[in-house]
Amino acid sequence: MLEVKDLASRYGRIEVLHDVSLKVEPGKILALIGANGAGKTTLLKAISGVQPISTGTITLDGKPLNKVQASERVKRGLAQVPEGRQVFGGMSIEDNLLLGGWTSSATNVQADLQFAYETFPVLFEKKDLLAGSLSGGQQQMLAICRALMSRPSVILMDEPSMGLSPLLIDQVFAAIELLKKKGLAIVLVEQNASVALSIADDASVMETGRIVLRGTGKELQQDQRVKELYLGHA
Amino acid sequence: MLSDLVQYAASGVTVGAIYALIALGFTLIYNSTHVANFAQGDFAMLGAMTTVFVAAAGVPVVAAGILGILAAACAGLLLYRAAISFAKNSSVLGLIVLTIGAAIFLKGVAQIVFDKRFHSLPAWFGTEPIKVLDATIQPQSFVVLAGAAVIVFALVVFTKKTLIGKGILAISQNQLAATLVGINVTTIVTLAFVISAAIGGTAGILATPITLTSYDAGTLLSLKGFAAAMLGGMGSPMGAVIGGLVLGLVEAFGGGLISSAYKDAFAFLAILVVLALRPQGLVGSFVRERV
Ligand SMILES: Nc1ncnc2c1ncn2[C@@H]1O[C@H](COP(=O)(O)OP(=O)(O)OP(=O)(O)O)[C@@H](O)[C@H]1O
Ligand SMILES: [Mg+2]
Repeated sequence: MLEVKDLASRYGRIEVLHDVSLKVEPGKILALIGANGAGKTTLLKAISGVQPISTGTITLDGKPLNKVQASERVKRGLAQVPEGRQVFGGMSIEDNLLLGGWTSSATNVQADLQFAYETFPVLFEKKDLLAGSLSGGQQQMLAICRALMSRPSVILMDEPSMGLSPLLIDQVFAAIELLKKKGLAIVLVEQNASVALSIADDASVMETGRIVLRGTGKELQQDQRVKELYLGHA
Repeated sequence: MLSDLVQYAASGVTVGAIYALIALGFTLIYNSTHVANFAQGDFAMLGAMTTVFVAAAGVPVVAAGILGILAAACAGLLLYRAAISFAKNSSVLGLIVLTIGAAIFLKGVAQIVFDKRFHSLPAWFGTEPIKVLDATIQPQSFVVLAGAAVIVFALVVFTKKTLIGKGILAISQNQLAATLVGINVTTIVTLAFVISAAIGGTAGILATPITLTSYDAGTLLSLKGFAAAMLGGMGSPMGAVIGGLVLGLVEAFGGGLISSAYKDAFAFLAILVVLALRPQGLVGSFVRERV
C-alpha cells in the first residue's frame, strides 16, 4: 500500500506541489486527473524519488520512503511508467526488458520476459530491434512491461494513453485492469479522464499543485465540475 | 620506399592503438556523464610511473604492472567520488575544468612521489626488431596491438553482454529511465570511471617500452586521446578505436613523408578537416534525446 501525506515539492524557489495526500491499496486503481501543468508528473516523480520533496511523508507498506534512494525504492516494490515512455531508444527491446529486471533475480527475469512476450507478441517478434524503432503504442507496451519486470507491488503510470490510437488505448487500459486483478496498487495519471475514471476505484482531481476534489471513480464521473472541465460535456 | 611506408604504417598503428585506448576511456566517461575527462592521459602516466617505480623496487614486472593499473583505477575512483560527484549540479563545462584541475594535481603528485626524469620499462619480448618487408618493427608494437585488441574486445563483450555493461549504456541514454528501473546511477558511473582509469593505466604501461614515460606525459596523451575520440565521434567506442588509429597513422605518415617537426600539427589539422566535413565524427551519429 502506498500512502502520501501532506507532500510539498519545488523546482528551485517555486513550489509546485502543496499539501498533496493520497492513498492506494493493493488491487485498486487511483486515477489522478488534472490539466496541463497541474503537477501530476511532479507528484509521481516525487513518489519515485527522482524529484526532491520539501515536506511530507511517503510510505510504502507502512515503511517511510523519504530517506530511501530512488533506485532502492524500485527494489522495495515501487515502479513507474514515466511520461513520454522513456524507453532506451538505442538499445534492443529485449535489453530494455532485461534492464527492467535490474533489481530481480535471474530466474524471475526469465519468467517475466516470457510473460511479457506472451502478453505482447509484437515485442517478441521485434525483440532484437532498437526500441526507438517501435511505434508509439508499442513503446508504451514496452515501457509498461519494463516497469513490470521489477515485480512491483505499486505501479505509477504517467499518461499511458498519450498519443495512442483509440484501439491501442483500449489495449493499454485492458492491460491496466489485468494488473489490478493481479493485485497491484495502481496510480494512473491521465488526461483521458473519461476512460480513466471508468476503470478507477478512487479518483482525485489536481489543480495547480493541489488535490481539489476526491471521490470514487463513479462519483467523479457524475460530478458537474469534472464533467465540464475534464469530460468535455455539461 | 615501400619499406618506409610499411615502417610508417607500423608505427602509426602502434601509436594509434595507444590513442585508441585513451579515447575509449574518454568515451566511457563521456557516455555516462557527458564530461570529457582531461585526466584520462594522467591515468596512463600514473599506471606507467607506478609500474616503473614498483618494478625498480624489486617487485616482478607483472605484479608491478597490476599495481600500476590498480593505482590508476584508484585515481579514477577518487576523481569521481571525491570531486565530480560532489559537483554534480555544476555545468558540464565546470566539470571539465574540474578534470583539468585533477590532471594538474596528478602531475604534481607524480612529480613529488616519483621524479622528473624519463623512464622506460623492459619490452616484454626483447628489443630484437622483426623484419617485415624490409621495415623493422619493435616486438613491443605487437604487444601494444594485441593488448589493445584484447581490451577493446573485453569492453565490447562487457557492454553488450552483461547486465552491468548494459546499465552503463542505459545511463548514457536516459538517466531518468535508468534510475526508474532501479539502477543506482552513482554506483554505475563510479564503475565507469574505474574502468576508464584502469584502461588508461594499462595503455600507459603497454606504451612505455616504446614511448617512455614521465610525470608530465599525461597532458599530451589526454589531448591526443580527446582528439581521437572527437575524430571518431565522441561517445562511440568504435569511433574511439577508429579515431585513434587514424590519428596515429596521420601523424606517422605526415611526420615521415613531410616533416616530423609538424607531426602533432598534422593530427590536429586532420581533426579540423574531418569535423568541418562531418561534425559528428567519422563513425559517430547525432543522437537526439527523446523528451
Ligand atoms: N524541470 C522543471 N523545472 C521547473 N519547473 C517545472 C519543471 N517541470 C515542471 N515544472 C513546472 O511544474 C508545474 C507542474 O508540472 P508537471 O509536469 O508536474 O505537470 P503535469 O500535471 O504533469 O502536466 P502535463 O499534463 O502537461 O504532463 C508546471 O507549472 C511546470 O511548468
Ligand atoms: Mg505530466
